[in-house]
Amino acid sequence: MDRREFIDGSTAIVRGALDAGCTFFAGYPITPASPILMAMMRELPRVGGVAIQGEDEIASIGMCIGATMAGARAMTATSGPGISLYSENIGLAVMGEVPLVIVDVQRLGPATGGATTAAQGDVQFVRWGTAGGFPIIVLAPSDVADCYHLTMQAFDLAERFRCPVFLLTDKELNLTMNTVAVDDFRPAPVRARVTAGAPGDPYRYEPAGHVAPLRHFGAGEVVRFTGSTHDEGAFITKDPGRIGALNTHLEAKIEDHRDEIEMVIADRGPDAGTLVIGYGITAGAVRAAVQTARARGDTVSSLIVQSLWPIPETALADALTGTDRVVVAELNRGLYRREVERLAGERDVVGVHRMDGELVAPDQILEAL
Amino acid sequence: MTTITITGPATFRNDRPYPFCPGCGHDAILDALNDALVLRGATPDGVVIVSDIGCAGLSDQYFATSAFHGLHGRSITYASGIKLARPDLDVIVIMGDGGAGIGGAHLLSAARRNLGITVLVFNNLNFGMTGGQHSVATPTGAVTTTTPLGNIERPLDICGTVAVNGAGYVYRGTSYDDDLAERIAEGMASGGFALLDIWELCSAYFMRSNKFGKKSIERTLDELGFEARVARRREIPEYSAAYREAFTGVAERPTFGTHGLEPTLASTLTAPFSIVLAGAAGGRVRSAARLVGTAGILSGLWAAQRDDYPVTVQTGHSVSTIMLSPAPIDLVGVAAPDALVIVAPEGAAKVATAARAMAESATVYALEGFTGIETSARVRTLDPVRSETRLFKADLALAALVAVAQDHGLIPRDALDEAAVRSGPFADRNAAIVRSGASLLEWI
Repeated sequence: MDRREFIDGSTAIVRGALDAGCTFFAGYPITPASPILMAMMRELPRVGGVAIQGEDEIASIGMCIGATMAGARAMTATSGPGISLYSENIGLAVMGEVPLVIVDVQRLGPATGGATTAAQGDVQFVRWGTAGGFPIIVLAPSDVADCYHLTMQAFDLAERFRCPVFLLTDKELNLTMNTVAVDDFRPAPVRARVTAGAPGDPYRYEPAGHVAPLRHFGAGEVVRFTGSTHDEGAFITKDPGRIGALNTHLEAKIEDHRDEIEMVIADRGPDAGTLVIGYGITAGAVRAAVQTARARGDTVSSLIVQSLWPIPETALADALTGTDRVVVAELNRGLYRREVERLAGERDVVGVHRMDGELVAPDQILEAL
Repeated sequence: MTTITITGPATFRNDRPYPFCPGCGHDAILDALNDALVLRGATPDGVVIVSDIGCAGLSDQYFATSAFHGLHGRSITYASGIKLARPDLDVIVIMGDGGAGIGGAHLLSAARRNLGITVLVFNNLNFGMTGGQHSVATPTGAVTTTTPLGNIERPLDICGTVAVNGAGYVYRGTSYDDDLAERIAEGMASGGFALLDIWELCSAYFMRSNKFGKKSIERTLDELGFEARVARRREIPEYSAAYREAFTGVAERPTFGTHGLEPTLASTLTAPFSIVLAGAAGGRVRSAARLVGTAGILSGLWAAQRDDYPVTVQTGHSVSTIMLSPAPIDLVGVAAPDALVIVAPEGAAKVATAARAMAESATVYALEGFTGIETSARVRTLDPVRSETRLFKADLALAALVAVAQDHGLIPRDALDEAAVRSGPFADRNAAIVRSGASLLEWI
């Protein structure tokens, strides 16, 4: 029989990061993300990388951004309260076009909230968590094997689009041990960083959406980096033409390439009138409920969303076709449901929620069908 | 006496003129920095100027070196990341006194680590760019736009603060000093965390609102008792070098075992089964659950384990839920387990709700003495005194869990033995407990 592993999401994320070629990690202790910090502190120096516990979350993500500009492939991990402190530097990574993987192991908020309590309350927070209102990529693993694969995918997309990519998990997914077939941990290729062969500008805006090679410090040419509104040479500009081109570019490089980012697990039932949507830890209840519903003769489809942002509009439109009712299950008061409502037209959209620290039960979804 | 051989370019400036107000000290400090880079024989691509925010934060744009212009107060964090990734680069931070204030934690931490970056504090005693507000460096009594009646705070001794916290090189000077370039080069050459607190005039605000001039700088330093023009050094290892040295010789591969468990045995379980094990801190509850989960996997099942314990880990309850299934397990909200095992009062209190929710077909196993469990499930009593080996308190969780697994025919005994062998430093003891647990079947 195939070999299996008894492993939690945290370990799968760390393994995914190492297999993706991560060489730098900085983080600050916080439940439930600390196991990632501890494992990276232990493992990264063994593969020639550097891991450091920052003096706070701000320093941790700041060091990751600096290290990336000096040639590292970086990741940081925290929970909701830490994302609050990451906020300004998430903006810097967007503006400076820095590939970086940010893991948010969600816990119940607001404020200190419940450190060891499962929740999915950061879904909109990670989307809009920095000033300026620019697109961001957010991936949500739906089980332990997914933690491994989407971590690698996050590194890949970060390189592809020169941007921060969130991996949005939660306490239950990260700290619960589960069984995974060893074969499910086959690494997928993560694209090599595109650097430049000849001297040139650090940024490029035209054609909009084009991603310039990432030039590193200390690689034989002078390289400029800035978080201020800048021209292609990273000099501060007040020229409306350049400002407009920069902002169009930052949006277009992600929005125009949604097809490269969309990731869902669609399970269509023949002639299904009802679609059940879930993501992250709630995917388990969605799968279990759909299985039970079908066993009792209901026709129902399911959609597990792995790329939460940008919204996978094509896959969602596909899954919605032929349905007149949508059930969205999540551990919050309907944060992603509002996005589904926006795209669901006249369909009934029903939310299944839980915010008491327990996971959504399949029965809750069955009742909503 | 050190001989300095100049090998690099004659200037590190580009052709952009400085943008600063007439009378501002920034020009002179940047000229001194340029001279320091020449003295050091640096190369433009080997230098990264990390600029903070404020008028001083504009500085990187007038140099032909590599540059990183980030966020207010955070320049030291970016510089730290750059230095950790590329210890061979000369990393220079340019920040104002405002940046030193808002980034205080970073300043202290970089000094404490003695991380090899050079920090130049362009200290003009107020916020120039945002309109002349007071900063952590504003002297007591000084009038600024936010201290209209005079500052009642005391100024931060930036040098003293980083010096007592481990900085390798600390120096306080002024933008008027003839030897400023030499001192900057000296700081860079020190190899560790170097900070130069450079006092200067803000001609737009501080000079005007305080009738403050070059002589006032000297007078204020005197009044405050702030030592100037003395380099303080400390011989301690530089962080990025120390980090690499600390890990020299460790195996160049991750410590993770990626071999997995090969299911060589077979369980007869046909439907998912969940057990809640309710014990206390120190009762080895989690390791017992892990062992049984491992045994489940060895017998072809899929296992999941969810642990619940207070953040003060050495006290209170420790409750683990073990799920075993012939198919892959999805984590879902479960109201009641198929079996509940109570081995400590701390755990019993925690699972009272779960006990009440259990079905009549489910079973609660409890050590003698746990009377009054409110449940519809049938209750069976465990009596560890009847075990063939003497069981200690910390053995009860595993022994009871093994008994329950055997009682329900969840996992073959061989798989439990094999999991015990694989259970690390406690393997021998665990093997003995598994044997006892199996024998508990007789007295359930």
